[in-house]
Amino acid sequence: MADEEKKEVTGETATPAAAPETPAAPSAPAPRPYGRGPGGPGGRRPGGPGGRPGGRGEGGPRKFFRRKKVCKFCVEKIDSINYKDVRLLQQFVAERGKIVPRRLTGVCTPHQRRLTAAIKQARNIALLPFAARY
Amino acid sequence: MPQQQRTYEVMFIVRPDLAEEETERVISTVESSATAAGSTVKNAERMGKRRLAYKVRKFQDGVYVLLTIEGPGSALAELERRLRVTEPVIKYITVRIDEEQKRLAKIKKIRDSKVRQRPQPAEAASGPEPAPVTA
Repeated sequence: MADEEKKEVTGETATPAAAPETPAAPSAPAPRPYGRGPGGPGGRRPGGPGGRPGGRGEGGPRKFFRRKKVCKFCVEKIDSINYKDVRLLQQFVAERGKIVPRRLTGVCTPHQRRLTAAIKQARNIALLPFAARY
Repeated sequence: MPQQQRTYEVMFIVRPDLAEEETERVISTVESSATAAGSTVKNAERMGKRRLAYKVRKFQDGVYVLLTIEGPGSALAELERRLRVTEPVIKYITVRIDEEQKRLAKIKKIRDSKVRQRPQPAEAASGPEPAPVTA
């Protein structure tokens, strides 16, 4: 079983030209959000096997450099995420009233947890919609 | 052992079609029932008429009132029961805030101490630090 898999991997079908562009990390010095909580996701991806098919699987050099997302609450040092602060909460609610996931907004885990709780409280008291009418 | 005193926030919505003095009367009855249940009203804030995010009892707007109340949990349970049977109150929410306040105070304290510490070492470093280097 394992041998078969290995064969598939070793069977080089990709063009050899794709080899040079392995420098995956963008050289731009991304400013790190230092205000991460103790339980913050430090290195979530330990670079284990089977994460991404190297640089080989991709067609060419990556064209898009996504800006490093940072947690708004850590950067601006917003301590309290309150259900009364509709203006703040509204930034993290999609048009239809859904809570925007962390992977899109860049909010860190501890803050997303508080944010979610606050949004749900705000919904309960009709400050935010459960589902916006369309 | 007496019951623990806790701090709560009670936000409730009064129906919008009442006259102003009637709304005031509703608020004062809620406050008095809170004190009758064995708690103290620390603050009562009228947040005014607001548009509701969704219809509640066929109302599109509501008069929001925020009470800060200190008392045991049983008093708050009684107050909630009263709010439920109070006809002009169309919605309410009770949130316990003492833990959050404690957390915020802690963060503030840490931050303040950091702010105080930061300028001091900078000043202190300019003075004594060259000395060990030369020595």
